[in-house]
Order: sequence, then C-alpha cells, then structure tokens
Amino acid sequence: MILLWLILILLLGGLLAWSLERRIPNASRYVSLIALGLDAVLVTQLWGKLNGPLVAPGAMPGIWIEQIRLPWIPRFGISLHLAIDGVSLLLATLTILLGILSVGASWTEIKQRTGFFHFNLLWVLAGILGVFLALDLFLFYFFWEMMLIPMYLLIIIWGHENRVYAGFKFFLFTQAGGLLMLLSILGLYFLHGQSTGVYTFDYLDLLGTPLASQTATWLMLGFFIAFAVKLPMVPFHPWLPAAHTEAPTAGSVILAGLLLKTGGYGILRFVLPLFPDASRAFAPVAMTLAAVGILYGAILAFAQTDLKKLVAYSSVSHLGFVLLGLFAGNELALQGAVLQMICHGVSTGALFILVGGLYERIHTRDMERMGGLWQAAPKMSAVTLYFTMASLGLPGLGNFVGEFLVLLGAYQVSVGITVAATIGLIGATIYSLRMMLRAFHGANSYDLPFADLNRREWVILGVLMIAILWLGVYPQPVIDTAAPVIERLTAAG
Amino acid sequence: MSPVDFIAIAPLIVTAATAVVVMLAIAIHRAHALAAGLCCAGLAAAMLSIGPAWSASPRQVTALLIVDHYGLFYIALLLAGSLVVAIFAHGYQKHATHPEELYLLLLLAALGSAVLVVSSHFISLFLGLEILSVALYALIAYPRLRQEPVEAGIKYLVLGSASAGFLLFGMALVYAQLGTMTLARLASALASGIVTADPVIALGVALMLTGVGFKLGVVPFHMWAPDVYEGAPAPVGAFIATVSKASMVALLFRYFAGINISNYRSLLVALSVIAIASMFAGNLLALLQTNLKRILAYSSISHLGYVLVAIQAPGRAAAEAAAYYLAAYMITLLLAFGAIAVLSKDGKEMDRLEDYRGLFWRNPLPAAALTAAMLSLAGIPLTAGFIGKFYIVAAGVEAALWPLVIVLVITSVIGLFYYLRVVVAIYGDPPRSDSTGSSQPANSAPTGRLALSALMLALIVLGVYPGPLMNVLRSVTAELLH
Repeated sequence: MILLWLILILLLGGLLAWSLERRIPNASRYVSLIALGLDAVLVTQLWGKLNGPLVAPGAMPGIWIEQIRLPWIPRFGISLHLAIDGVSLLLATLTILLGILSVGASWTEIKQRTGFFHFNLLWVLAGILGVFLALDLFLFYFFWEMMLIPMYLLIIIWGHENRVYAGFKFFLFTQAGGLLMLLSILGLYFLHGQSTGVYTFDYLDLLGTPLASQTATWLMLGFFIAFAVKLPMVPFHPWLPAAHTEAPTAGSVILAGLLLKTGGYGILRFVLPLFPDASRAFAPVAMTLAAVGILYGAILAFAQTDLKKLVAYSSVSHLGFVLLGLFAGNELALQGAVLQMICHGVSTGALFILVGGLYERIHTRDMERMGGLWQAAPKMSAVTLYFTMASLGLPGLGNFVGEFLVLLGAYQVSVGITVAATIGLIGATIYSLRMMLRAFHGANSYDLPFADLNRREWVILGVLMIAILWLGVYPQPVIDTAAPVIERLTAAG
Repeated sequence: MSPVDFIAIAPLIVTAATAVVVMLAIAIHRAHALAAGLCCAGLAAAMLSIGPAWSASPRQVTALLIVDHYGLFYIALLLAGSLVVAIFAHGYQKHATHPEELYLLLLLAALGSAVLVVSSHFISLFLGLEILSVALYALIAYPRLRQEPVEAGIKYLVLGSASAGFLLFGMALVYAQLGTMTLARLASALASGIVTADPVIALGVALMLTGVGFKLGVVPFHMWAPDVYEGAPAPVGAFIATVSKASMVALLFRYFAGINISNYRSLLVALSVIAIASMFAGNLLALLQTNLKRILAYSSISHLGYVLVAIQAPGRAAAEAAAYYLAAYMITLLLAFGAIAVLSKDGKEMDRLEDYRGLFWRNPLPAAALTAAMLSLAGIPLTAGFIGKFYIVAAGVEAALWPLVIVLVITSVIGLFYYLRVVVAIYGDPPRSDSTGSSQPANSAPTGRLALSALMLALIVLGVYPGPLMNVLRSVTAELLH
C-alpha cells in the first residue's frame, strides 16, 4: 500500500493546495511541503525495508522491496502494478528530495496563482513517481503521459518570455516519442498474447517474450526513441534547451533533475531487459550517439551566453554519459550510469536553483551583462563554484564517481568511444570555467549590487551540497542499493 | 406486431410521443421552461424504457427494425447526448424570442438517429436518416434572424439532399441486382463475395457509402462541416458533431462486423484512403483556424478518420473499439460545445480563439471543461479520449494495419498543435483591457454548469476506470457476429 500512498498523497495534496489558494495565502506552499514530507516519511520506511526480507513476485525474486498489484482493466490484462527495487528507490528518493527543494526554490519566485502552481508541481511529481514505480506497461505509459500536462502548464503559465514556444516543443517531442512507445507496447502485448495465449501488460510476464530478431529491433526502437527524447540524446534534444530556459526555476529543476532521469530509467528498466539481444546489437549505435551527444553538448554549452541555456546544454553532455553507461552493458558502466543520474539530478538541480536566484535578483541570465558578481555576493558565487566543480567532474564530488565508472566500464567495450567521451570532460571544464570567469570574476561593470543568499536558500543549497559531497566521497550505499538490480540485468544478458 | 414488440421499441415510441406532447404544449401555452422540461423528461423516460426493452431484446420488430443490445446501447448513448444538448439549449436560449420549437426539433432528430441505429431495412434506414436530417436543417437555421445560421442551414440542406439522393440511387441499384432491401441480406451478399463480380452492386454500395460518408463528414465529403459547425447555434453544433455522427457509425459497424473486409480490395483501399485523407486533412486544416468551432469541426473530421481505422480491423474488436471511442468522443465534444454554449450569451457566439484568452482566470469551470475536452481529443491520460485512442490503436495493431496506425500516430502529433493552442489561450494572460472589470458571468445557468461538471466527471471516470463500460461493450458487441 505504501507505494500507492506515495502517489495518492501527492495527487490529493495537489487538489488541496489548489482549493486552499483563495482562502489562505501561502497555504498551498505548506500543503505541498506537508504532502512531500509525508512521502519522505514513507520513503524512509522503504529504506528501512531494504535490509529486511525482500518480497519475491514471480520470476524475479529478491530484488523487489515492496509491491502492490490490483486489477484495473481486466479486459486488456491491465493491472495497477507498482513495485520498487533498489534503482527505483534511489530515484524515488531523489524525486521527493528535489520536490521539496523546488517548493522551497519557488517560495518567492512564484507570486501569482500559487495554488494552481503547486497543484501542477505535485501532479508532475506524482507522475514521475508513477513512472519510477509502475510495473505494468500500460500503467507506465499512463504515468509517462500524465507527467506531461502539468509540466507543460508549469512552462506556459509561469515561464519566461518564450514560454509558449518552448512548451509546444517540449510537448510535441515527448508526445511523439510516447506514441511510438505506445505502438511498441501494443506490439509486444499482442505478440506475447499470440505466442502464449495470455494477454497481459504486466512487465514481469512480458520479460522473456520470444521475439524474432527483426521484430525485437523494431519494438526496441519504439521504446528507445521515447526514452532518447526524454534523456535527451542527440538528435532528439532540441526541446531541452528551449524548455529548460523558459521554465520557472522549479520547472527547470524538475525537468533536469527528474524528467530526464525517466529516460535513463526507462532504458534500464524496459529496453535492456525486454529486448536483451536487440539492444546489444544496437549498443554500438547508441554508444556512438552518446559520445556525439557528450561532445556536441559541451561545444554548444561553450557557445552560450544565457546561463540557463548553458546549464541545459551541459545536461545534454552529462546525460550522454548515462546513455553511454547504460549501453556499455557491464556492471561498472551501469553502476556509473545510475550514479550519474542521481548526481546530475543533484548538481544540475542546484545550478538551476542558483541561476533562478540570480535571475530573481538581477533580472537577467545573460552572462554578457554580468561580471564581478563575486564581489557583490561572495557566498552565492562560492556555492555556484562548488556546484560547477561538481558538474565538471572534480574528484571528491559525486559526478566524478559516476562519470569515472561509466568511462571505466565503456573502456572495456570500445576504446575509441571512451576516448571521445573523455574529451567531453575537458570540454566541460572549459565551458564551466568560462562561465565562472565571465559571470563571477572580472570587473562588475554593470554595477549590480544585490542581496546574498538568504537563510531559505542556504538550507536548500546546503542539503544539496552535503548530498553531492557524500555521493562523491562515500557512494558505496548507492552502489549497494542498485547492485542487485544491475547484477540481475548483467547476469541475464 | 405482438405486445413484446412494442416493449422492444418503447424508447422510439416514447421519444416520438414526447415530440407530439411538446408540440401540443407549445400550441396551448408558450413557455420556454415548460417545453424544455417536457423535452428533458421525455428523453429521460425514453432512457428508462430501455430497461424493459433490454430484457425483450434481441428481437426483429417487423422487417424494418432490429432491436438488440447493441442497438439499445447506442440508443441510450444518443438519448443521453440529446438530453445534454437540451440542457445546454435551455441556458443558451435564455433570451431568445421563440425558443420552444427547438426542443420539438431536437426530439425529432433524436428519434431519427435512434431509428437509424436499429434499422435493418433500406426503408427504415432512409426514414430514420430523413427524420434526422430534416430536423437538423431547421435546427441549424433556428436563430432565423441571424445570417450565419441560415446560411449554414441552407448549405447543409443542399448537400444533405444531394447525398440523400446518392444514397437512394445506391439502394435502387442494389435492389435491382439483389432483389432485397434488407441490410442483413446485403451484408451477407457482401460477405459471400458476389459484389466483386457484379459492378452494379459495387456501384450501388459505393453510392450508399457516399451518403454515409456525408453524414460522417469524412474526406472527401467533409466540405460542409466547418461552415455548419460555425454557423449553427452551439448546442445544435454539439448535436451534429455527436448524436448525428454516432448513429451513422453504429449502423456502419453493425453491418461491417460480419464482413471480412480484407476480401474486398477495392473497398479496403477506398476506406483506407478515406481514413488517411480524413486524418491528414482534418488535423492539417485545423491548424489554420482561429475559430474554436471550426477547429472542432476539423478535429471531428480527423476523429471520424480514426474511427474508420478501426472499421478495417476484423469483427468484434473493431465494433467494440469504435463504440468506446464514440462514447468518449461524444462526451468530449458535448463538453467542448457545452462550454461554448455556456459562455455564449444573447445570440453572440463566443467562438473566436482570442475570446478565450485567460478564460481560466475569469471563469474556471467552462475553462476547465474546455481544457479537459482538448486533452481528451488529444488522447492524454486521465481522460476518456486516451482510453478510446488506446482501444483504436490496439485494434489496429492487432490486425497489423501498420500504415494506418502510423498515420494515426503522425496525425495525432500534428493535432497536438491546435489542441495546445486552445489550452495556451485559456491559460494565457487575460487581455489587459477588461482584466479589471467584470468577470462576466455569462449566462451562467446552473443547469448548464451542472451538465458541464457531470460531463467532466464522466470523462475522467471513463479515462481512469474504463473496466465496467468495456464489459458492457464486450457483451453488447458479442451479438453482432451472428
């Protein structure tokens, strides 16, 4: 039941936040915090169960911590099947954490229509949690699409100047990918039904469906494209810079920190286990595209003057490592990919919060108009430097571990691609340092005095600073949590 | 006819009787509330009479009508749709000069569509169609002092009569060759494969499909749709988009369920071309519109194209998918037109997209209704439209109709553009000029708002918990195969 409550609390909290808007100012913020707080308690309980006896549903014993399965649409063999394993638990935790922080980050930024804002915020989080927990392919698609609308509304209502265009792009790319995935899901459903006589959308039943290799490739591509759009992989990335730039801070945090992770998670959960042979055959292509993405993202990030765009393109580059790790297929690389997803969520989330805070103060994101910010706000600049270092992969901070593991694993598969990806790391250093130089050092030629970090921001960023440091120094708990899932995956392949 | 026959066709009788009662009531005492109330009560009574009819069926009532659960399900749907239209019409006509006869015409149109659904003979088909169409001509032009409705009415009249002519001529050709006017015999003739051998029958069937295609508003018989949707009063537009089309689809699927279309290459090609052209034309042309009603018109062209994808899937899955889709589609379009009707006041239709700018912040209920409708049309989860689209795609994938399914997916993505445009307008910043002043509670008849809420609830229930309706549809369509 815990899993169902995780989602229901957010949905109900969203409705409550919306309905209270008129009567009590700021109530929606507290309602959101309480709802997310309750979820955090539930997640903590799940962490407690992690070391206890594990439930064993059907063919895959041992890795599931908790599950619930209720009949939903028996006509099509669809059930409300939620389950959580190590990887989902990590990502669910990240979801709640970033959810709480983005409520905090929009405390002063969002002044209009706060009730509806928090309704959308909680519903998009509920959709993301559903994606991480669903073990029925129909249900997964349901949540996959469900997180789209609130995110779209967050962009077009509370975004910046070009928000409508960015929203369109975001919606179209993801929806087009999603429909292709729907076709693949249905194809798999009918093929499984025709070969076994059991028509079901259940993930555990569909695992190991015998498929002709060509069919498997087509179906795999349907899933892969949907996830590659979300990830995003070059050439499916154009929606990302637009959406990230125009979204309000909380929107950017959720987009970069969580929505992109649903793509990586989808590949890990569905593409690789459902189509092991097809994805192995496809791996060289995917890894090449990943390396291209790493370099392309880095080069474009270097060319940006808009801070948010820069962070957005750096995401394209960093998520390339995730894709690389997922398709390299060995345990090291997969561990690296999972770790990289979490670290990127934390570090990029923090960067977007910082840029959002900066925008609130000086009303620009244009680096050309900054410079010398360090004198004006030393604390904020120091924190920015900290997360920039994390993002470029400084040892001791989380991202380094993730990227290093990915490269280590990928090296065993393809030296050439790994070398190319490593060059991307140098690119990351260049564009990150350029940003620090341009914006925070030099003369404060535009005379921009403003307040430094306040207590609320310290709390938000402090949590993230500790998290990324902990992930960098002692990532073992994360690795241990994800290990059973990854071992099973590599053992099966 | 035995007494049981009368029970079986009780929904038709009650609807017809209500029309007479309303007519007499208007003659005795002209009162808007009375006419509307009688109309609604009559439709509700007709829906209640489906209960006894359900246990009396399946039953062939004379050579003309076949009353079975499939037909009764659709009749229930059509009557419910008409009832909702009547409720919206009541609020919409609050300040009209002679609003009463609209309900009379509405009842007649509902009767015609119900007859169409259960018709088993050329005669009853044609009678049902004409009762429906003639009532619609008058309904469209009902606000006779305004130019657009009259123009739309005449357009519909001219094209509708022409298509009725095609239908009749097609029937005559079929009759000349087969010597029968029962639809079941025509269907079995099609199933046995005589038609390919006989060009006259093939021509007859093609002409009949022209008549059907006109009512459905699929490409290339779609030209009337945008003008008529735009010109007709909003509640009447809702009726044309939903009840009128649903009845024809029900008829079509009843007789196509037993035919394996893949034996008829030319028919298959024709239907595929119509479906593909409708999906593309509807979605692409809708992109160019700035009028919400015209957007809905093109959108419904494309949606009927989706339904025609299902018709090519063999047998029962097709009829089931189409029935679910139509139920979802009817709720959705009633919601959209209902929102327009609730917002329009004193004969001024609120149908330009710019009128809707920032609506959500002024008038949340109709805005939410319209948003839900747009999302449902786009097939987004939590709405009935999502399950409907899923059903159709599932039927298509099962039958391996890959080209059609791919086109469906592509055009759905195109469709997002204009659905989102409406959503963007609704949630946009309100125009500065009147943001300070009155938040215009335009003709907020409580009944209309109540109907909107109920429809929204139905939309979400069907989108989240579709199991019960699916079970009904499964049992209802099971009869069709024998």
